[in-house]
Amino acid sequence: MSVASFTVPTVSHAAVSTDGLLEKVSIRDLDFFYGDHRALKSINCSLYQGKVTAFIGPSGCGKSTLLRILNRMYDLYPNQRAVGHIRLDNEDILSPSQDLNLLRAKVGMVFQKPTPFPMTIFENIAFGIRLYERLGKTDLEGRVQHALQRAALWDEVKDKLNANGLSLSGGQQQRLCIARTVAVRPEVILFDEPCSALDPISTAKIEELIDELKDDYTIAIVTHNMQQAARVSDFTAFMYLGELIEYGDTSRMFTTPNDRRTQDYITGRFG
Amino acid sequence: MNDLHTAKAFDTDLQDLGRMVAEMGGLAEKQVADSVDALAKRDSALAQRVTQADTNIDALQREIEEKSVLTIARRQPMAVDLREIVGALRIANDLERIGDLAKNIAKRVIALNAEFPPPKLIRGVEHMADMVLGQMKAVLDAYARRDDTKAMVVWRGDEEIDAVCTSVFRELLTYMMEDPRNITFCIHLLFCAKNIERMGDHATNIAETVHYVIEGRPITDQRPKGDTTTIAALRAAGDK
Repeated sequence: MSVASFTVPTVSHAAVSTDGLLEKVSIRDLDFFYGDHRALKSINCSLYQGKVTAFIGPSGCGKSTLLRILNRMYDLYPNQRAVGHIRLDNEDILSPSQDLNLLRAKVGMVFQKPTPFPMTIFENIAFGIRLYERLGKTDLEGRVQHALQRAALWDEVKDKLNANGLSLSGGQQQRLCIARTVAVRPEVILFDEPCSALDPISTAKIEELIDELKDDYTIAIVTHNMQQAARVSDFTAFMYLGELIEYGDTSRMFTTPNDRRTQDYITGRFG
Repeated sequence: MNDLHTAKAFDTDLQDLGRMVAEMGGLAEKQVADSVDALAKRDSALAQRVTQADTNIDALQREIEEKSVLTIARRQPMAVDLREIVGALRIANDLERIGDLAKNIAKRVIALNAEFPPPKLIRGVEHMADMVLGQMKAVLDAYARRDDTKAMVVWRGDEEIDAVCTSVFRELLTYMMEDPRNITFCIHLLFCAKNIERMGDHATNIAETVHYVIEGRPITDQRPKGDTTTIAALRAAGDK
């Protein structure tokens, strides 16, 4: 299969006002393969500094795949490869010479199910920091506290930092994972369905947190919850069958989408 | 909208709303026709029935509001679905106002029972009413068929009603200047004409809503307007 034979999908990129925005991540002509299966087809998309970009679409449309490429998670698996260009600032993250540990420190990820390590709350955060930096005890404690505060968890756990991370509730565990991500000072945070295992109150807390974090980071979120995408994101990308169908301002995407398929999906008329 | 929702009950909700709006439109049309009929035929009994029937329109509007709020809460509609519901709410509002204006005409018919204007004076008002009824029918049809072209015809057509209103205004002014005894019924008639002119405005509002429901954006053009009664008043005063 030659690259030249691929048909370029028509993406509805309606006028998006990006004046004054910094393009933090630029995805150009990205294809992704699981073995022979082409899971992503010529994706072109941008993530902007200080903004939240939501990826929506039915299961299997490739949105989680796209997220996994942004921190080269797929490298852990044989037979998976990405073709194309993804630049983080001016660095090509798909380059074979890319330092993966450094990349994953810059591009943090929060998963669908909370994944705290089976260690204390303090160690859950400190563990990641120690991988990248050598800090004195006081500095390390300060960083852990700051991370927990950023994740709006500090007040709930400050008196039990030595308790096991797994003893926390689901929503707290998820915020612990966010704190762990924030602790290593990333530039981009990827959220892969961060609330699908949480109750509505925990969900609201995570959404509030995303809103607070976005000023300092570039955020991408994959979600099946359309209302959540409408609530938390500035830009929305609708994907279907491995293609980016429509990309635009969230306010427009959920009120007057250009593409019929986008409209069918967000209004619940699909399939 | 051809495709149905995965949740079929949502389609039923939206269809019910559309049907309620159509029913309300039918009631409002009948109220307008009856009120002008009562005026032309000096039929106080009919006028009485019009004032009483207005409660049906009000009740339907409340039902539409309740149904809309419930549907929004239950389905969290997006894009075209949300516009459908917002559209139903707005159109119901305009129809309710049209009903109120018809009721006001009916009340004036009852008040006019003692002294009635000559039929030829009423003819201008009747003519306006015919035009407004035409606009209402066309716009409700445009809503039912989601026909933007037809809605835009209604939207542009209001100018004509405004122009007739201005000429009725002038005519009534002449009668009042001729003989002060004509003033009472001329004033009542003037209010009736103004009520009908306002109904026309509500019909154009509905046309704007239909456009919004279909296209997802408001009309940005300036609507042509032919109501020059404010200028006419100045001229009449200056003529003296």
